[in-house]
Amino acid sequence: MLEVKNLVFHPLDNGVEKSIIEDVSFTVEDGEMLVITGPNGGGKSTLAKLMMGIEKPDSGNIVMDGVDITGLSIAQRANMGIGFAFQQPPRFKGMTVKRLLSLAAGYEMPESKCCDYLSGVGLCAREYIDREVDNTLSGGEMKRLEIATVLAKPHKICIFDEPEAGIDLWSFSMLVKQFEKLHENKKESLILISHQERIIQMADRIMVVRDGKVESLDTRENVFPTLVNENTGCVCMNPAHRA
Amino acid sequence: MANIDQVTESILEKIDSEGFKQEGAYNLRYNGYSLCHGNTEHITIKRKEDKQGIDVYISGETKGEQVHIPVVVAASGMTDEVYNDFYIGDGAQVTIVAGCGIHNSGCDDSRHDGIHTFHVGENANVRYEEKHYGEGEGTGARILNPVTKIIVGKDSVFTLDTAQIKGVDSTKRETQVELGEGAKLFVVEKLMTHDNQSAVSDMDIHLNGPGSSAQIISRSVARGNSRQVFHPKAIGNALCRAHVQCDSIIMDQAQVCSIPEIDAKHVDAAIIHEAAIGRINNEQMIKLNTFGLGDEAAEAVIIENFLN
Repeated sequence: MLEVKNLVFHPLDNGVEKSIIEDVSFTVEDGEMLVITGPNGGGKSTLAKLMMGIEKPDSGNIVMDGVDITGLSIAQRANMGIGFAFQQPPRFKGMTVKRLLSLAAGYEMPESKCCDYLSGVGLCAREYIDREVDNTLSGGEMKRLEIATVLAKPHKICIFDEPEAGIDLWSFSMLVKQFEKLHENKKESLILISHQERIIQMADRIMVVRDGKVESLDTRENVFPTLVNENTGCVCMNPAHRA
Repeated sequence: MANIDQVTESILEKIDSEGFKQEGAYNLRYNGYSLCHGNTEHITIKRKEDKQGIDVYISGETKGEQVHIPVVVAASGMTDEVYNDFYIGDGAQVTIVAGCGIHNSGCDDSRHDGIHTFHVGENANVRYEEKHYGEGEGTGARILNPVTKIIVGKDSVFTLDTAQIKGVDSTKRETQVELGEGAKLFVVEKLMTHDNQSAVSDMDIHLNGPGSSAQIISRSVARGNSRQVFHPKAIGNALCRAHVQCDSIIMDQAQVCSIPEIDAKHVDAAIIHEAAIGRINNEQMIKLNTFGLGDEAAEAVIIENFLN
């Protein structure tokens, strides 16, 4: 279980203190899928970074399975079982897809295994395994590879920051299946930041974050109808998208 | 079979990634003389009579063979200047694995200057690999100053893969290439300097023939107080294409100077250059941290792959 308690994050922007996260508290149960949604700039990605240790909070605590991890580094949290998929993953000149997957998994991954993870996100292993993770890969390819790096290792908690961004419709369906599979197994808690209706509808609970605060946190059944009617920035409000 | 001592064996492992064996076509130069050499049906290696070095004749019938010509300097205070000429016949397909390793355990400088000239015929495909490496507990410098001249004939392909792994205190590398009609050149230059080392690489690529092309990729890492200067120059004398890309990672108190130069002397010459110098990307570090790697391990992975 992950417990986030009274988290506050006020970074300095050109010497001026900015309020990004204001006293946010929530829990994520074992095997639960929590989808965090809300308007752009509301603090969702920052919250994810605080959970992973990429940003340090000004106050508050993050507790995983009873252990306070607030002061731990990114690597320490990773080794405790937190996985993280970036919204905009970095590229690595000279590093092959196979090498990246091996680093993610923590062992030299055989080709057949690479193939499983790559095909799971809609990439053909034969075409990609020896390619470099550089700017010859498109944004969509990078995103799918990013998700494969998280799937390549069992975690206690996986955080995905807008996994749908930049992914084509066909790959998106595969991605949804991957999340469904992960969720069915109930071995990993999933925290997904998303604006996508299909992902939001998979959630056990939905948390709406606006202006750095938790606006609502409840079951999908209770929160989802409010998203369609209120201006949260959620794309499912858009009639064109719903069509 | 010649006896090869442990120090030399260990250096050969570093500089010959294909694995040096006393088989096929080979010549091992050790402390200024040829320790062993062998020919094949299609490849003949002859010792020069007027100066130090060898002539390597690769016939057009050569298909997929390798030639290994490593150099090991294990004597402190030695200066070894060697001239190697390669004559590659029309249609030959060959990989030439060179490389030089210096083991200097004394207080005098050890130096190797390899002057290599490649005469490549038509429709040939040549891959030339060269690794430079230095080691030894002595205070004497390990110096390597290679000069590489490459003349590529019609519709031939030449791949130059050079790497300075580590331990070379000073290097001045000169590369000159002349490309004929339809000839293609691929260059990958990788370089690592550390401590107080210095490296200078000058490369002139003359695209003389119509339809010739060149791709030059230079990647380097400079650590400690080391200094690097790159000056790749692509000169388009005909309808041609060239792309020069220099990327460097700078660390500690190092200095990197990258001066790509493009010179078009024909209206149909299309030449591009890119150059970038920067510290290790923080986003890459964070991504590797999320795999459970600490900062030191993440940095090592980034450098290893960048120079891969």
